[in-house]
Amino acid sequence: MRRARSWVSDNIAMIIAVGVLVYLFLPVLYTFVFSFNNYRRSNITWNPEGSPTLKHWANPCGAPGVCPALVESIKIGALATLVATVLGALIAFALVRYSFRGRSSTNVLVFLPMATPEVVLGASLLTIFIQAFRMDLGFWTVVIAHIMFCISFVVVTVKARLQSLDPRLEEAASDLYANPRTTFMRITFPLALPGIVAAALLSFSLSFDDFIITNFVSGNETTFPKFVYVSYTRGIPAQANVIGFSMFVIAVLCVIAAQVIGSRRRGATA
Amino acid sequence: MTTAVAASAREAGDPQLTPPRAGAKRRRWTPYLLLIPGLLWLTLFFIVPLVQLGSASLQSQWPGAPGYYYRDVNVGNYVEALRTYGVHFLRSLLYAGTATVLCFAVAFPLAYAMAFKAGRWRNVMLILVVAPFFTSFILRTIAWRQILADDGFVASTLRAVHLLPGGHITETWVAVVAGLTYNFLPFMVLPIYTSLERADPRLLEAGRDLYADRFTNLRTVTIPLAAPGILAGTLLTFIPAAGDYVNAELLGSDTSTKMVGNVINSQFFTVLGGYPTAAALSISLMILILVLVLGYVRRFGTEEVL
Repeated sequence: MRRARSWVSDNIAMIIAVGVLVYLFLPVLYTFVFSFNNYRRSNITWNPEGSPTLKHWANPCGAPGVCPALVESIKIGALATLVATVLGALIAFALVRYSFRGRSSTNVLVFLPMATPEVVLGASLLTIFIQAFRMDLGFWTVVIAHIMFCISFVVVTVKARLQSLDPRLEEAASDLYANPRTTFMRITFPLALPGIVAAALLSFSLSFDDFIITNFVSGNETTFPKFVYVSYTRGIPAQANVIGFSMFVIAVLCVIAAQVIGSRRRGATA
Repeated sequence: MTTAVAASAREAGDPQLTPPRAGAKRRRWTPYLLLIPGLLWLTLFFIVPLVQLGSASLQSQWPGAPGYYYRDVNVGNYVEALRTYGVHFLRSLLYAGTATVLCFAVAFPLAYAMAFKAGRWRNVMLILVVAPFFTSFILRTIAWRQILADDGFVASTLRAVHLLPGGHITETWVAVVAGLTYNFLPFMVLPIYTSLERADPRLLEAGRDLYADRFTNLRTVTIPLAAPGILAGTLLTFIPAAGDYVNAELLGSDTSTKMVGNVINSQFFTVLGGYPTAAALSISLMILILVLVLGYVRRFGTEEVL
């Protein structure tokens, strides 16, 4: 009894941690289970009469609108990630490697969008698109908005990576008569690359999952989160669960692959 | 001027990453060339829209023409908006504050276990914390609606032991706060984990060696070590939670749990003539959050946040 109690008190943090992880996964599990629901009208409650079915997995595009929305989300995410990663990485390089006038105001300007609630960002973008730029709401306004809020996250991520690098590596390169271009291509960029990749992945997932800002500036454009939200009142098709859960599996596999490759490479250099 | 810019634009693809040395005059321009595209984007699609929103919040409606506005300095919009929707403001702060505290209570043990107890399982746990993110957050919120539904396991158990006076969890503030807590939890876990991971475990051992009991060690060593992460985590949780309307929409009721985000959204999209009110509410929310954040950072802050 006493031994049991001391085991519990030694591992209390771990026990809570496992509990929290279960809590984090509970809704994902629900999403998964309800992708097999043999429902008639609405996929909100489990249909006790029908046996679990694989028909939604066999035909993930079966519900009207699901796959077009998914394709739009992927296109928007890819474009926004590309532009935001380039623009954000350039800012991060400037902030870490140069001292210049206006540095602290640049920091504030990068920080502010992250400290602004999404409704405010969405509302202000909608206002400017309609009242001043007179743009038609749709694909491009969503891309513009997503690039805007991704830039700050890219800057923060890449900056953290650059700050952790040893500046002596670059000094060594220039001591060995590497010109600045060579130093950048052979030393700085490869070392910064993991940070840039992490920033790109973060951008894509932020863009892919964004609902609030997208809802403000999208007009008739439908992304995947918007599709789910809009179809909620009528009943979400189980195909959305199939796609949502598949995205989860794909992302986890990517992260695991990145981890394995990273640790192999580390093993090879050691 | 233009030729100078064009000439140095060629350099932009070739950032010189050594610190500027004396005599390298053209290098002074390099940081600005790196900054220009990104900052231009932020100015054009963040600062300018905010200014426009500010001006929209002061517009007045043409009498007899709902939905048409003219430029004005109608501060009355703010008075009217805050008088009518002040309660929604308070509710947002209260819900977001409660969710932030709950997030911290749940996230700290998890981050602590990951940093000090997990050993080789550390990276696996890190993946597990981030992984649920990749199922669309709307889908997960709807899953919470199913979990907390009246005929679900949680609600029926609580009803059976008479701990659910109203008989429902969904459509109440409990569900909204639970949803906010769930949705923003990883934003709390990751920064705390990052600062604990950087901390030297020998400091904790030193505390133990000096006969600090567990609680003292936690209070005087662990939490101060995690302070930058806790600060960042509370901001990353509180700010989006205060502006959120999806949780209140999907988990809450139509009347008693509406947050300020819901009001802004509906004033923009469904109320004819609600435009200036929505803009005034947005600007007020932004100012309120900035004031709270600045006060909080000044009180507890370190340089590391910016």
